[in-house]
Amino acid sequence: MKLIQELLESLAEALVGLGAVMRFLLRLVAASPRALLRVDLISQQIYNAGALSLVIIMLSGLFVGMVLGLQGFQLLQRFGSEEALGTAATIGLVKELGPVVTALLFAGRAGTALASELGLMRATDQLSAMEMMAVDPIRRVVVPRFLGGVIAMPLLAAIFSVIGIYGAQLVGVQIMGVDSGSFWSQMRGAVSLSDVNEGIVKSSIFGVTCSLIAVYQGYYAVPTAEGVGRATTRTVVTSAVFILFLDYLITAAFL
Amino acid sequence: MSYAVNGGRPVFAGLDMDIPRGRITAVMGPSGTGKTTLLRLITGQVRADLGTITVAGQELRGIRRADLYVLRRRMGMLFQNGALLTDLSVFENVAFPLREHTDLPERLIRQLVLTKLQAVGLRGAAQLMPSELSGGMSRRVALARAIVMDPEILIYDEPFVGLDPISLGVILRLIRRLNDALGITSIVVSHDVHEISTVADAVFLLSGGKVVARGTPQELQSYPSEVVRQFIGGLADGPVPFHFPAPDYFGELLARSEDA
Repeated sequence: MKLIQELLESLAEALVGLGAVMRFLLRLVAASPRALLRVDLISQQIYNAGALSLVIIMLSGLFVGMVLGLQGFQLLQRFGSEEALGTAATIGLVKELGPVVTALLFAGRAGTALASELGLMRATDQLSAMEMMAVDPIRRVVVPRFLGGVIAMPLLAAIFSVIGIYGAQLVGVQIMGVDSGSFWSQMRGAVSLSDVNEGIVKSSIFGVTCSLIAVYQGYYAVPTAEGVGRATTRTVVTSAVFILFLDYLITAAFL
Repeated sequence: MSYAVNGGRPVFAGLDMDIPRGRITAVMGPSGTGKTTLLRLITGQVRADLGTITVAGQELRGIRRADLYVLRRRMGMLFQNGALLTDLSVFENVAFPLREHTDLPERLIRQLVLTKLQAVGLRGAAQLMPSELSGGMSRRVALARAIVMDPEILIYDEPFVGLDPISLGVILRLIRRLNDALGITSIVVSHDVHEISTVADAVFLLSGGKVVARGTPQELQSYPSEVVRQFIGGLADGPVPFHFPAPDYFGELLARSEDA
């Protein structure tokens, strides 16, 4: 009985938390039109969230693609269809690994940076100072960071997938000896626009999710060293769980 | 006015203050008496539970966010740690309110910012980042930022904490000079008795959520109140107890030894 009560209380708490995040999202959406006029602020945040994550995204994409090339080759060879390696690797990357791994890396690199930056701004009274200067911190600080993340994520996922395909080609064609023409032509023939669309939809939703979680955790961080640390940890953990959960839902919706 | 944090222990109960226009008013009191909370109430960051707060003729109860922001443009606030925006240079920090609230041409913004930085003696530090400044310099930059929109009311939250004697002297002089030159109404929250007495025109002493003394710094020196005598004299024990409320000392010691 006590266990059920505790479970119900936890569920109610989670629902209240989700409601608060949704209300925060509405505030961000309402403030977005005016914030979009400040192109300089948004582009700065796209640079922070996107360009500064490029190296880690590209390196990870290359290695994931190489592993995919190696594993895919070993598997397909058993059935004598190693020419289908291009198709297998591309579909795997564009629909699944590209958006998911990029989102996980984004949460770890850009999400934590966003949460800790906002948390420290709260702890050092920078957000209160803005309010005192009659400047809405949501519009001036939070929305540009949120939009920067939302815009950067699909671009990063696309770059991850492209580099990943190159990595799979590098191992499959250059090292394992799969025919280059077969690799590319089978890929072009089998991968459709709907596969690419699925990847775009996933990475866009992950972009909104990761950026929202990061700015929410940072903005409402307890203004202490411990509070900021906790907000950063929560950003990564919550983002990872939601990315994998949403990945399943979106995949099911596209079937 | 009365205020309690989240409906809990009251911070203020029946607080009554009238801050004169165009003068330097100090709000003093022991740590934990709610001096900073009072500033948050005056600036509309938190709302009073009971009673009214009127700032520059504007009643804060039920004020809309947009109206509050309009009112705040007439106020400047110096935070305890300066609260400079760490991703902007000194120049950009001071220019921040101008860029956010006006469409002034860049040349004019530059002139205004340099004028304010000159007033606080930091024109030469315009291109430095906040991380390159000392505590005193940060506070002077924050002061330049607070006056860049020419406010009617300037609020200082513990402006003397952690400053060396030179920086402290500079800040004291600036508070006096800015008040006299610009005709600003200044509210200084502090517990530094000596420093306040050199600069304030009037002092309110808070304790237990109420004003326990008011007058000029000189009048407070001979105020007939135990609390005031303890505070001005810096006595460890008195109406404001040295010990935080706790159960009987020996009783607790014995109970612990029995547990062990």
